[in-house]
Amino acid sequence: MLLPSKLTDFTLADARDAVAGKKVSSTELTKAFSKAVTDAKPLNAFVTETPQKALEMAAASDARIAKGEARPLEGLPLAIKDLFCTKGVKTTAGSNILNNFIPPYESTVTQNLWDAGAVMLGKTNMDEFAMGSSNETSYYKPVLSPWRAKNSNAALVPGGSSGGSATAVSANLCLGATGTDTGGSIRQPAAVTGTVGLKPTYGRCSRWGTVAFASSLDQAGPMTRTVRDAAILLRHMASVDPKDSTSVDMPVPDYEATLEKGVKGLRVGIPKEYRIDGAPPEIDALWQKGADWLKAQGAEIVEVSLPHTKYALPAYYIVAPAEASSNLARYDGVRYGHRTQQPIHDITELYEKSRAEGFGAEVRRRILIGTYVLSAGYYDAYYSRAQKIRTLILQDFERAWEACDVLLTPATPGPAFALGEKSNDPVSMYLNDVFTVTVNLAGLPGLAVPAGLTADGLPLGLQIIGKAFDEATVLCAGRSIETAANFTAKPQHWWAA
Amino acid sequence: MSVDKDTVRRIAKLARIALEEERVAPMERELNGILAWVEQLQEVNVEGVAPMTSVVAQKLKMRDDVVTDGNIADAVTANAPMREDNFFVVPKVVE
Repeated sequence: MLLPSKLTDFTLADARDAVAGKKVSSTELTKAFSKAVTDAKPLNAFVTETPQKALEMAAASDARIAKGEARPLEGLPLAIKDLFCTKGVKTTAGSNILNNFIPPYESTVTQNLWDAGAVMLGKTNMDEFAMGSSNETSYYKPVLSPWRAKNSNAALVPGGSSGGSATAVSANLCLGATGTDTGGSIRQPAAVTGTVGLKPTYGRCSRWGTVAFASSLDQAGPMTRTVRDAAILLRHMASVDPKDSTSVDMPVPDYEATLEKGVKGLRVGIPKEYRIDGAPPEIDALWQKGADWLKAQGAEIVEVSLPHTKYALPAYYIVAPAEASSNLARYDGVRYGHRTQQPIHDITELYEKSRAEGFGAEVRRRILIGTYVLSAGYYDAYYSRAQKIRTLILQDFERAWEACDVLLTPATPGPAFALGEKSNDPVSMYLNDVFTVTVNLAGLPGLAVPAGLTADGLPLGLQIIGKAFDEATVLCAGRSIETAANFTAKPQHWWAA
Repeated sequence: MSVDKDTVRRIAKLARIALEEERVAPMERELNGILAWVEQLQEVNVEGVAPMTSVVAQKLKMRDDVVTDGNIADAVTANAPMREDNFFVVPKVVE
Protein backbone atom coordinates (compact mmCIF):
# COMPACT_ATOMS: atom_id res chain seq x y z
CA MET A 1 0.00 0.00 0.00
CA LEU A 2 1.08 3.55 -0.76
CA LEU A 3 1.56 5.83 2.24
CA PRO A 4 0.18 9.37 1.79
CA SER A 5 2.77 12.16 1.57
CA LYS A 6 1.60 13.37 5.00
CA LEU A 7 0.50 10.97 7.72
CA THR A 8 -2.36 13.31 8.60
CA ASP A 9 -3.83 12.80 5.10
CA PHE A 10 -4.70 9.18 5.94
CA THR A 11 -8.30 8.05 6.03
CA LEU A 12 -9.17 6.04 9.13
CA ALA A 13 -9.48 2.84 7.06
CA ASP A 14 -6.08 3.31 5.39
CA ALA A 15 -4.39 4.25 8.67
CA ARG A 16 -5.89 1.14 10.27
CA ASP A 17 -4.46 -1.05 7.51
CA ALA A 18 -1.07 0.71 7.61
CA VAL A 19 -0.77 0.38 11.40
CA ALA A 20 -1.92 -3.25 11.38
CA GLY A 21 0.54 -3.97 8.53
CA LYS A 22 3.35 -2.26 10.52
CA LYS A 23 3.94 0.28 7.71
CA VAL A 24 3.64 3.02 10.30
CA SER A 25 3.56 2.93 14.09
CA SER A 26 0.79 4.36 16.22
CA THR A 27 3.39 6.58 17.88
CA GLU A 28 4.43 8.13 14.54
CA LEU A 29 0.80 8.64 13.57
CA THR A 30 -0.12 10.09 16.96
CA LYS A 31 2.84 12.51 16.95
CA ALA A 32 1.84 13.74 13.48
CA PHE A 33 -1.76 14.39 14.55
CA SER A 34 -0.78 15.95 17.89
CA LYS A 35 1.45 18.38 16.01
CA ALA A 36 -1.38 19.17 13.59
CA VAL A 37 -3.65 19.87 16.59
CA THR A 38 -1.08 22.22 18.14
CA ASP A 39 -0.47 24.01 14.84
CA ALA A 40 -4.21 24.51 14.37
CA LYS A 41 -4.73 26.58 17.55
CA PRO A 42 -6.21 29.48 15.49
CA LEU A 43 -9.16 27.20 14.59
CA ASN A 44 -9.95 26.71 18.32
CA ALA A 45 -11.28 23.21 17.60
CA PHE A 46 -10.14 21.76 20.94
CA VAL A 47 -11.07 22.77 24.49
CA THR A 48 -8.54 20.35 25.97
CA GLU A 49 -5.58 18.73 24.20
CA THR A 50 -4.22 15.51 25.69
CA PRO A 51 -0.92 14.93 23.81
CA GLN A 52 0.73 13.15 26.77
CA LYS A 53 -2.16 10.74 27.22
CA ALA A 54 -2.21 10.21 23.43
CA LEU A 55 1.46 9.21 23.40
CA GLU A 56 0.93 6.79 26.30
CA MET A 57 -2.03 5.19 24.55
CA ALA A 58 -0.05 5.01 21.29
CA ALA A 59 2.88 3.32 23.03
CA ALA A 60 0.50 0.77 24.57
CA SER A 61 -0.99 0.17 21.12
CA ASP A 62 2.43 -0.32 19.54
CA ALA A 63 3.27 -2.85 22.28
CA ARG A 64 0.07 -4.78 21.55
CA ILE A 65 0.76 -4.75 17.80
CA ALA A 66 4.29 -6.09 18.44
CA LYS A 67 2.77 -8.93 20.49
CA GLY A 68 0.22 -9.67 17.75
CA GLU A 69 -2.68 -8.57 19.96
CA ALA A 70 -4.01 -5.68 17.89
CA ARG A 71 -7.67 -4.71 18.31
CA PRO A 72 -9.91 -3.27 15.53
CA LEU A 73 -9.00 0.43 16.05
CA GLU A 74 -5.53 -0.21 17.47
CA GLY A 75 -3.43 2.93 17.68
CA LEU A 76 -5.79 5.20 15.71
CA PRO A 77 -5.92 8.83 17.00
CA LEU A 78 -9.41 10.27 17.45
CA ALA A 79 -10.92 13.52 18.74
CA ILE A 80 -13.74 13.37 21.29
CA LYS A 81 -16.52 15.93 21.56
CA ASP A 82 -16.35 17.56 24.98
CA LEU A 83 -19.82 16.21 25.81
CA PHE A 84 -18.51 12.69 26.45
CA CYS A 85 -17.26 12.20 30.01
CA THR A 86 -13.67 11.03 30.02
CA LYS A 87 -12.25 9.70 33.26
CA GLY A 88 -9.63 12.03 34.71
CA VAL A 89 -9.84 14.43 31.73
CA LYS A 90 -11.78 17.68 32.09
CA THR A 91 -15.21 17.58 30.43
CA THR A 92 -16.91 20.96 29.99
CA ALA A 93 -19.87 20.49 27.58
CA GLY A 94 -18.73 23.89 26.26
CA SER A 95 -20.03 25.54 29.44
CA ASN A 96 -18.59 27.70 32.18
CA ILE A 97 -20.69 25.74 34.66
CA LEU A 98 -18.51 22.64 34.03
CA ASN A 99 -15.26 24.59 33.68
CA ASN A 100 -13.55 22.51 36.38
CA PHE A 101 -15.39 19.22 36.05
CA ILE A 102 -13.16 16.15 35.96
CA PRO A 103 -15.36 13.05 35.55
CA PRO A 104 -14.53 10.11 37.82
CA TYR A 105 -16.01 7.80 35.15
CA GLU A 106 -15.84 7.14 31.40
CA SER A 107 -18.80 7.33 28.99
CA THR A 108 -19.80 4.02 27.41
CA VAL A 109 -19.15 5.29 23.88
CA THR A 110 -15.59 6.41 24.63
CA GLN A 111 -14.90 3.30 26.72
CA ASN A 112 -15.95 1.22 23.69
CA LEU A 113 -13.47 3.15 21.52
CA TRP A 114 -10.59 2.71 23.98
CA ASP A 115 -11.47 -0.98 24.35
CA ALA A 116 -11.12 -1.23 20.54
CA GLY A 117 -7.63 0.30 20.81
CA ALA A 118 -8.24 3.92 19.76
CA VAL A 119 -6.04 6.83 20.96
CA MET A 120 -7.46 10.11 22.35
CA LEU A 121 -5.97 13.37 21.02
CA GLY A 122 -8.20 15.65 23.07
CA LYS A 123 -11.67 17.05 23.65
CA THR A 124 -13.32 19.15 20.95
CA ASN A 125 -15.06 22.47 21.33
CA MET A 126 -18.83 22.67 20.93
CA ASP A 127 -21.87 24.86 21.43
CA GLU A 128 -22.69 25.13 25.13
CA PHE A 129 -24.57 21.95 26.15
CA ALA A 130 -24.87 21.22 22.42
CA MET A 131 -27.34 24.09 22.00
CA GLY A 132 -26.43 25.84 18.79
CA SER A 133 -25.84 25.48 15.07
CA SER A 134 -22.65 27.51 14.67
CA ASN A 135 -20.41 26.74 17.66
CA GLU A 136 -20.75 30.39 18.70
CA THR A 137 -22.46 29.64 22.04
CA SER A 138 -19.35 27.91 23.44
CA TYR A 139 -17.96 29.47 26.63
CA TYR A 140 -14.54 28.64 25.17
CA LYS A 141 -15.00 30.96 22.13
CA PRO A 142 -16.22 29.96 18.65
CA VAL A 143 -14.55 27.35 16.48
CA LEU A 144 -13.56 28.54 13.02
CA SER A 145 -14.20 26.50 9.92
CA PRO A 146 -11.03 25.62 8.01
CA TRP A 147 -13.01 26.61 4.88
CA ARG A 148 -13.12 30.11 3.44
CA ALA A 149 -15.12 31.34 0.47
CA LYS A 150 -13.21 31.98 -2.77
CA ASN A 151 -11.28 35.27 -2.69
CA SER A 152 -12.29 35.96 0.90
CA ASN A 153 -10.60 35.87 4.29
CA ALA A 154 -13.85 36.18 6.23
CA ALA A 155 -14.16 33.74 9.13
CA LEU A 156 -16.90 31.14 8.66
CA VAL A 157 -18.62 28.99 11.26
CA PRO A 158 -18.10 25.21 11.18
CA GLY A 159 -21.75 24.57 12.07
CA GLY A 160 -22.77 23.13 15.38
CA SER A 161 -23.07 21.90 17.89
CA SER A 162 -20.28 19.41 17.04
CA GLY A 163 -18.29 22.23 15.37
CA GLY A 164 -14.93 21.38 16.96
CA SER A 165 -15.19 17.77 15.81
CA ALA A 166 -16.21 18.86 12.27
CA THR A 167 -13.28 21.28 12.01
CA ALA A 168 -10.86 18.68 13.44
CA VAL A 169 -11.94 16.10 10.84
CA SER A 170 -12.07 18.56 7.95
CA ALA A 171 -8.65 20.09 8.72
CA ASN A 172 -7.03 16.63 9.13
CA LEU A 173 -6.35 17.09 12.86
CA CYS A 174 -7.55 13.53 13.63
CA LEU A 175 -8.60 10.38 11.79
CA GLY A 176 -12.18 10.71 12.99
CA ALA A 177 -14.19 12.21 15.81
CA THR A 178 -17.23 11.59 17.95
CA GLY A 179 -20.21 13.90 17.77
CA THR A 180 -23.69 14.03 19.24
CA ASP A 181 -26.87 14.95 17.43
CA THR A 182 -30.06 16.17 19.13
CA GLY A 183 -31.51 18.19 16.21
CA GLY A 184 -28.77 18.03 13.59
CA SER A 185 -25.58 18.61 15.58
CA ILE A 186 -23.59 15.93 13.72
CA ARG A 187 -25.06 16.24 10.22
CA GLN A 188 -25.24 20.03 9.88
CA PRO A 189 -21.57 20.71 10.83
CA ALA A 190 -20.47 17.71 8.73
CA ALA A 191 -22.34 19.06 5.70
CA VAL A 192 -20.92 22.58 5.91
CA THR A 193 -17.32 21.36 6.45
CA GLY A 194 -17.29 18.77 3.65
CA THR A 195 -17.15 15.78 6.00
CA VAL A 196 -19.28 12.73 6.71
CA GLY A 197 -21.55 12.66 9.77
CA LEU A 198 -23.89 9.89 10.89
CA LYS A 199 -26.63 10.16 13.49
CA PRO A 200 -27.55 6.56 14.30
CA THR A 201 -30.99 5.31 15.30
CA TYR A 202 -32.00 6.38 18.81
CA GLY A 203 -30.83 3.60 21.13
CA ARG A 204 -27.94 2.38 18.94
CA CYS A 205 -25.22 4.17 20.93
CA SER A 206 -25.44 4.29 24.69
CA ARG A 207 -26.12 7.70 26.21
CA TRP A 208 -24.49 6.70 29.51
CA GLY A 209 -21.79 9.16 30.56
CA THR A 210 -22.66 11.66 27.82
CA VAL A 211 -23.76 15.01 29.25
CA ALA A 212 -27.54 15.09 28.69
CA PHE A 213 -29.30 17.79 26.65
CA ALA A 214 -32.67 16.34 25.52
CA SER A 215 -32.74 12.70 26.51
CA SER A 216 -35.41 11.48 24.07
CA LEU A 217 -33.47 12.97 21.12
CA ASP A 218 -29.74 12.80 22.01
CA GLN A 219 -27.69 10.28 20.07
CA ALA A 220 -23.92 9.90 19.58
CA GLY A 221 -22.38 9.16 16.20
CA PRO A 222 -19.20 9.27 14.10
CA MET A 223 -17.76 12.21 12.11
CA THR A 224 -15.19 11.19 9.51
CA ARG A 225 -13.67 11.98 6.13
CA THR A 226 -15.23 9.02 4.29
CA VAL A 227 -18.38 6.92 4.51
CA ARG A 228 -16.26 3.81 5.08
CA ASP A 229 -14.62 5.50 8.08
CA ALA A 230 -18.07 6.29 9.51
CA ALA A 231 -19.06 2.63 9.09
CA ILE A 232 -15.94 1.51 10.94
CA LEU A 233 -16.26 4.03 13.75
CA LEU A 234 -19.98 3.46 14.34
CA ARG A 235 -19.41 -0.26 14.84
CA HIS A 236 -17.04 0.49 17.71
CA MET A 237 -19.08 3.31 19.29
CA ALA A 238 -22.35 1.36 19.32
CA SER A 239 -23.15 -1.31 21.87
CA VAL A 240 -25.89 -2.83 23.97
CA ASP A 241 -25.46 -1.14 27.34
CA PRO A 242 -27.25 -2.22 30.52
CA LYS A 243 -26.39 1.22 31.98
CA ASP A 244 -28.73 2.97 29.47
CA SER A 245 -32.30 1.67 29.65
CA THR A 246 -32.99 3.05 26.14
CA SER A 247 -30.03 1.20 24.62
CA VAL A 248 -31.60 -1.36 22.29
CA ASP A 249 -30.90 -5.09 22.59
CA MET A 250 -29.73 -5.70 19.03
CA PRO A 251 -26.32 -6.97 17.98
CA VAL A 252 -24.11 -4.35 16.25
CA PRO A 253 -23.59 -5.36 12.61
CA ASP A 254 -20.35 -5.12 10.63
CA TYR A 255 -21.35 -2.06 8.60
CA GLU A 256 -18.11 -2.07 6.62
CA ALA A 257 -18.75 -5.59 5.29
CA THR A 258 -21.95 -4.52 3.51
CA LEU A 259 -20.76 -1.05 2.46
CA GLU A 260 -20.19 -1.78 -1.22
CA LYS A 261 -23.49 -3.58 -1.83
CA GLY A 262 -24.63 -0.76 -4.11
CA VAL A 263 -28.09 0.68 -4.63
CA LYS A 264 -29.39 -1.50 -7.46
CA GLY A 265 -33.12 -1.90 -6.92
CA LEU A 266 -33.11 0.37 -3.85
CA ARG A 267 -36.18 2.60 -3.70
CA VAL A 268 -35.10 6.16 -2.89
CA GLY A 269 -37.82 8.55 -1.73
CA ILE A 270 -37.72 12.27 -2.49
CA PRO A 271 -39.93 14.06 0.08
CA LYS A 272 -41.54 16.98 -1.70
CA GLU A 273 -41.99 18.99 1.52
CA TYR A 274 -38.21 19.41 1.76
CA ARG A 275 -38.36 21.80 -1.17
CA ILE A 276 -38.49 25.08 0.77
CA ASP A 277 -39.17 28.60 -0.40
CA GLY A 278 -36.14 30.82 -0.48
CA ALA A 279 -33.57 28.00 -0.48
CA PRO A 280 -30.59 28.81 -2.69
CA PRO A 281 -31.00 27.25 -6.19
CA GLU A 282 -27.70 25.43 -5.62
CA ILE A 283 -29.36 23.31 -2.92
CA ASP A 284 -32.15 22.13 -5.23
CA ALA A 285 -29.71 21.52 -8.08
CA LEU A 286 -27.45 19.38 -5.87
CA TRP A 287 -30.45 17.44 -4.58
CA GLN A 288 -31.50 16.66 -8.18
CA LYS A 289 -27.94 15.63 -8.97
CA GLY A 290 -27.94 13.26 -6.00
CA ALA A 291 -31.14 11.61 -7.25
CA ASP A 292 -29.61 11.29 -10.75
CA TRP A 293 -26.44 9.71 -9.31
CA LEU A 294 -28.41 7.08 -7.43
CA LYS A 295 -30.67 6.43 -10.42
CA ALA A 296 -27.61 5.93 -12.66
CA GLN A 297 -26.41 3.25 -10.23
CA GLY A 298 -29.68 1.36 -10.43
CA ALA A 299 -31.84 2.92 -7.72
CA GLU A 300 -35.51 3.67 -8.28
CA ILE A 301 -36.49 7.26 -7.48
CA VAL A 302 -39.97 7.81 -6.06
CA GLU A 303 -41.65 10.99 -4.89
CA VAL A 304 -43.08 10.70 -1.36
CA SER A 305 -44.90 13.03 1.01
CA LEU A 306 -44.07 13.81 4.65
CA PRO A 307 -46.93 16.26 5.29
CA HIS A 308 -45.99 17.28 8.86
CA THR A 309 -42.40 18.28 7.99
CA LYS A 310 -42.97 22.01 8.55
CA TYR A 311 -44.07 21.40 12.13
CA ALA A 312 -40.94 19.46 13.09
CA LEU A 313 -38.74 22.43 13.96
CA PRO A 314 -41.29 24.28 16.15
CA ALA A 315 -42.20 20.97 17.88
CA TYR A 316 -38.51 20.39 18.50
CA TYR A 317 -38.20 23.84 20.11
CA ILE A 318 -40.77 22.76 22.68
CA VAL A 319 -39.62 19.19 23.33
CA ALA A 320 -35.86 19.87 23.44
CA PRO A 321 -35.97 22.90 25.81
CA ALA A 322 -38.49 21.10 28.04
CA GLU A 323 -36.19 18.13 28.44
CA ALA A 324 -33.16 20.41 28.77
CA SER A 325 -34.79 22.39 31.58
CA SER A 326 -35.19 19.12 33.50
CA ASN A 327 -31.74 17.72 32.66
CA LEU A 328 -29.93 20.95 33.48
CA ALA A 329 -31.63 21.24 36.88
CA ARG A 330 -28.75 19.15 38.22
CA TYR A 331 -26.28 22.06 37.94
CA ASP A 332 -26.74 23.54 41.39
CA GLY A 333 -23.32 24.81 42.43
CA VAL A 334 -23.26 22.23 45.21
CA ARG A 335 -22.22 18.79 43.97
CA TYR A 336 -19.99 19.78 41.04
CA GLY A 337 -19.49 22.65 38.65
CA HIS A 338 -19.40 26.42 39.06
CA ARG A 339 -20.44 27.97 42.39
CA THR A 340 -20.94 31.69 42.76
CA GLN A 341 -18.37 33.65 44.75
CA GLN A 342 -20.85 36.49 45.39
CA PRO A 343 -22.19 36.94 48.92
CA ILE A 344 -25.35 34.84 49.33
CA HIS A 345 -27.93 34.60 52.08
CA ASP A 346 -29.59 31.27 51.51
CA ILE A 347 -29.44 28.17 49.36
CA THR A 348 -31.96 29.44 46.79
CA GLU A 349 -29.72 32.41 46.11
CA LEU A 350 -26.76 30.05 45.82
CA TYR A 351 -28.59 28.12 43.10
CA GLU A 352 -29.84 31.22 41.30
CA LYS A 353 -26.52 33.04 41.17
CA SER A 354 -24.42 29.97 40.40
CA ARG A 355 -26.70 29.07 37.50
CA ALA A 356 -26.98 32.64 36.18
CA GLU A 357 -23.16 32.91 36.11
CA GLY A 358 -22.56 29.38 34.86
CA PHE A 359 -24.97 29.24 31.91
CA GLY A 360 -24.61 31.34 28.76
CA ALA A 361 -27.39 33.33 27.09
CA GLU A 362 -28.71 30.60 24.75
CA VAL A 363 -28.78 27.97 27.50
CA ARG A 364 -30.59 30.35 29.89
CA ARG A 365 -33.12 31.15 27.14
CA ARG A 366 -33.83 27.48 26.47
CA ILE A 367 -34.13 26.59 30.15
CA LEU A 368 -36.68 29.39 30.57
CA ILE A 369 -38.68 28.29 27.50
CA GLY A 370 -38.60 24.71 28.78
CA THR A 371 -39.65 25.75 32.27
CA TYR A 372 -42.53 27.78 30.82
CA VAL A 373 -43.92 25.05 28.54
CA LEU A 374 -43.82 22.55 31.39
CA SER A 375 -45.32 24.90 33.99
CA ALA A 376 -48.79 24.42 35.44
CA GLY A 377 -51.54 25.28 32.95
CA TYR A 378 -49.35 25.20 29.84
CA TYR A 379 -48.28 21.55 29.66
CA ASP A 380 -51.19 20.43 27.42
CA ALA A 381 -51.02 23.42 25.10
CA TYR A 382 -47.31 23.03 24.46
CA TYR A 383 -45.49 19.87 25.55
CA SER A 384 -48.33 17.39 25.14
CA ARG A 385 -49.29 18.88 21.75
CA ALA A 386 -45.66 18.78 20.57
CA GLN A 387 -45.38 15.10 21.55
CA LYS A 388 -48.57 14.36 19.58
CA ILE A 389 -47.08 16.11 16.55
CA ARG A 390 -44.02 13.92 17.02
CA THR A 391 -46.28 10.89 16.66
CA LEU A 392 -47.67 12.36 13.42
CA ILE A 393 -44.13 12.95 12.11
CA LEU A 394 -43.17 9.34 12.87
CA GLN A 395 -46.36 8.16 11.11
CA ASP A 396 -45.38 10.25 8.05
CA PHE A 397 -42.12 8.30 7.86
CA GLU A 398 -43.85 4.95 8.40
CA ARG A 399 -46.17 5.67 5.47
CA ALA A 400 -43.19 6.70 3.33
CA TRP A 401 -41.45 3.36 4.06
CA GLU A 402 -44.29 1.63 2.22
CA ALA A 403 -43.03 3.26 -0.97
CA CYS A 404 -39.28 3.54 -0.40
CA ASP A 405 -36.29 2.14 1.52
CA VAL A 406 -34.35 5.36 2.16
CA LEU A 407 -34.97 9.07 1.69
CA LEU A 408 -32.68 11.55 -0.04
CA THR A 409 -32.79 15.20 1.09
CA PRO A 410 -30.49 18.21 1.29
CA ALA A 411 -28.52 18.24 4.57
CA THR A 412 -28.69 21.99 5.23
CA PRO A 413 -30.55 24.98 3.76
CA GLY A 414 -27.22 26.57 2.74
CA PRO A 415 -23.43 26.57 3.12
CA ALA A 416 -21.46 27.79 6.15
CA PHE A 417 -22.26 31.37 7.13
CA ALA A 418 -20.09 34.11 8.57
CA LEU A 419 -19.27 34.36 12.25
CA GLY A 420 -21.86 36.60 13.94
CA GLU A 421 -24.21 36.57 10.93
CA LYS A 422 -27.11 34.80 12.67
CA SER A 423 -26.27 35.06 16.37
CA ASN A 424 -28.74 37.86 17.14
CA ASP A 425 -31.82 36.07 15.86
CA PRO A 426 -32.53 32.75 17.62
CA VAL A 427 -35.23 31.63 15.15
CA SER A 428 -33.10 32.23 12.04
CA MET A 429 -30.30 30.24 13.72
CA TYR A 430 -32.75 27.41 14.51
CA LEU A 431 -33.74 27.18 10.81
CA ASN A 432 -30.31 25.65 10.03
CA ASP A 433 -31.69 22.36 11.34
CA VAL A 434 -34.84 22.35 9.18
CA PHE A 435 -33.74 19.25 7.18
CA THR A 436 -32.15 17.33 10.04
CA VAL A 437 -34.51 17.72 12.99
CA THR A 438 -37.35 15.50 11.70
CA VAL A 439 -35.02 12.52 11.97
CA ASN A 440 -34.35 13.13 15.68
CA LEU A 441 -38.05 13.51 16.46
CA ALA A 442 -38.71 10.13 14.78
CA GLY A 443 -35.54 8.46 16.16
CA LEU A 444 -34.29 7.46 12.69
CA PRO A 445 -30.73 7.23 11.34
CA GLY A 446 -29.50 10.08 9.11
CA LEU A 447 -26.22 10.47 7.24
CA ALA A 448 -24.69 13.66 5.79
CA VAL A 449 -22.34 13.10 2.85
CA PRO A 450 -20.31 15.81 1.11
CA ALA A 451 -21.69 16.16 -2.41
CA GLY A 452 -20.51 19.39 -3.98
CA LEU A 453 -19.30 22.97 -3.69
CA THR A 454 -21.16 26.27 -4.05
CA ALA A 455 -20.05 28.79 -6.69
CA ASP A 456 -18.07 30.35 -3.80
CA GLY A 457 -16.23 27.09 -3.21
CA LEU A 458 -17.99 26.07 0.02
CA PRO A 459 -19.08 22.49 0.76
CA LEU A 460 -22.68 21.29 0.60
CA GLY A 461 -23.98 17.93 1.74
CA LEU A 462 -26.80 15.55 0.99
CA GLN A 463 -28.65 13.56 3.61
CA ILE A 464 -29.74 9.92 3.50
CA ILE A 465 -32.47 8.98 6.00
CA GLY A 466 -33.20 5.33 6.75
CA LYS A 467 -35.52 3.05 8.65
CA ALA A 468 -34.83 2.46 12.33
CA PHE A 469 -31.69 0.32 12.82
CA ASP A 470 -31.04 0.17 9.07
CA GLU A 471 -27.74 2.09 9.25
CA ALA A 472 -26.26 -0.53 6.90
CA THR A 473 -28.53 0.53 3.99
CA VAL A 474 -28.08 4.22 4.84
CA LEU A 475 -24.28 3.81 4.67
CA CYS A 476 -24.57 1.87 1.40
CA ALA A 477 -26.60 4.64 -0.23
CA GLY A 478 -24.20 7.22 1.24
CA ARG A 479 -21.28 5.33 -0.23
CA SER A 480 -22.97 5.46 -3.67
CA ILE A 481 -23.40 9.24 -3.37
CA GLU A 482 -19.77 9.55 -2.27
CA THR A 483 -18.52 7.52 -5.25
CA ALA A 484 -20.55 9.53 -7.75
CA ALA A 485 -19.84 12.94 -6.20
CA ASN A 486 -16.12 12.20 -5.98
CA PHE A 487 -15.74 15.07 -3.52
CA THR A 488 -11.99 15.67 -3.21
CA ALA A 489 -11.92 19.38 -2.30
CA LYS A 490 -9.99 20.29 0.86
CA PRO A 491 -9.71 23.66 2.61
CA GLN A 492 -6.58 25.74 2.02
CA HIS A 493 -4.09 25.27 4.86
CA TRP A 494 -4.20 28.94 5.99
CA TRP A 495 -4.18 28.47 9.77
CA ALA A 496 -0.70 27.07 10.43
CA ALA A 497 2.14 29.52 10.91
CA MET B 1 -49.79 32.80 23.73
CA SER B 2 -47.16 35.18 25.03
CA VAL B 3 -45.40 35.98 28.28
CA ASP B 4 -45.34 39.27 30.18
CA LYS B 5 -42.64 40.59 32.49
CA ASP B 6 -44.18 39.05 35.61
CA THR B 7 -44.30 35.65 33.91
CA VAL B 8 -40.64 35.99 32.89
CA ARG B 9 -39.73 36.74 36.53
CA ARG B 10 -41.84 33.80 37.73
CA ILE B 11 -40.31 31.23 35.34
CA ALA B 12 -36.79 32.49 36.09
CA LYS B 13 -37.60 31.88 39.77
CA LEU B 14 -38.95 28.39 38.98
CA ALA B 15 -35.80 27.64 36.95
CA ARG B 16 -33.57 29.00 39.74
CA ILE B 17 -31.74 31.37 37.43
CA ALA B 18 -31.14 34.88 38.74
CA LEU B 19 -32.41 37.40 36.21
CA GLU B 20 -31.32 41.00 36.69
CA GLU B 21 -34.15 43.51 36.33
CA GLU B 22 -32.64 45.04 33.15
CA ARG B 23 -32.57 41.58 31.55
CA VAL B 24 -36.31 41.00 32.08
CA ALA B 25 -37.50 43.09 29.09
CA PRO B 26 -35.00 41.64 26.57
CA MET B 27 -35.79 38.11 27.78
CA GLU B 28 -39.52 38.83 27.42
CA ARG B 29 -38.89 39.84 23.78
CA GLU B 30 -36.72 36.80 23.03
CA LEU B 31 -39.15 34.32 24.59
CA ASN B 32 -42.12 35.89 22.81
CA GLY B 33 -40.25 35.68 19.50
CA ILE B 34 -39.88 31.93 19.99
CA LEU B 35 -43.42 31.46 21.33
CA ALA B 36 -44.90 33.35 18.35
CA TRP B 37 -43.00 31.04 16.01
CA VAL B 38 -44.13 27.80 17.71
CA GLU B 39 -47.73 29.09 17.66
CA GLN B 40 -48.14 27.46 14.21
CA LEU B 41 -48.42 24.09 16.01
CA GLN B 42 -51.94 25.15 17.04
CA GLU B 43 -53.15 24.67 13.45
CA VAL B 44 -52.39 20.91 13.48
CA ASN B 45 -55.32 18.60 14.20
CA VAL B 46 -54.10 16.33 16.99
CA GLU B 47 -57.53 14.92 17.85
CA GLY B 48 -57.14 11.27 18.90
CA VAL B 49 -53.34 11.25 18.40
CA ALA B 50 -51.36 9.64 21.22
CA PRO B 51 -48.39 11.68 22.48
CA MET B 52 -45.09 10.00 21.69
CA THR B 53 -43.48 8.25 24.64
CA SER B 54 -40.78 6.26 22.84
CA VAL B 55 -39.41 6.58 19.29
CA VAL B 56 -38.41 2.92 19.15
CA ALA B 57 -41.02 0.33 20.14
CA GLN B 58 -39.43 -1.60 22.98
CA LYS B 59 -40.26 -2.74 26.46
CA LEU B 60 -38.43 -0.91 29.19
CA LYS B 61 -35.67 -3.17 30.42
CA MET B 62 -35.77 -4.56 33.94
CA ARG B 63 -32.76 -5.49 36.00
CA ASP B 64 -32.25 -7.19 39.31
CA ASP B 65 -32.71 -4.88 42.27
CA VAL B 66 -29.25 -5.33 43.73
CA VAL B 67 -26.42 -3.07 44.83
CA THR B 68 -23.78 -2.93 42.09
CA ASP B 69 -21.85 0.13 43.18
CA GLY B 70 -20.95 2.08 46.29
CA ASN B 71 -18.30 3.02 48.85
CA ILE B 72 -16.93 5.68 46.50
CA ALA B 73 -17.75 8.79 48.55
CA ASP B 74 -14.40 10.35 47.65
CA ALA B 75 -15.13 10.05 43.94
CA VAL B 76 -18.70 11.32 44.41
CA THR B 77 -17.59 14.48 46.24
CA ALA B 78 -14.32 15.04 44.36
CA ASN B 79 -15.80 17.74 42.09
CA ALA B 80 -17.75 19.59 44.79
CA PRO B 81 -16.90 23.32 44.95
CA MET B 82 -17.09 23.09 48.78
CA ARG B 83 -16.84 19.90 50.80
CA GLU B 84 -15.92 18.78 54.26
CA ASP B 85 -14.93 15.18 54.83
CA ASN B 86 -17.40 13.41 52.56
CA PHE B 87 -20.15 16.02 52.83
CA PHE B 88 -21.29 18.72 50.42
CA VAL B 89 -21.28 22.12 52.11
CA VAL B 90 -24.24 24.49 51.57
CA PRO B 91 -25.49 27.64 53.36
CA LYS B 92 -27.62 27.02 56.43
CA VAL B 93 -31.06 25.74 55.32
CA VAL B 94 -32.88 25.45 58.66
CA GLU B 95 -32.80 28.25 61.26
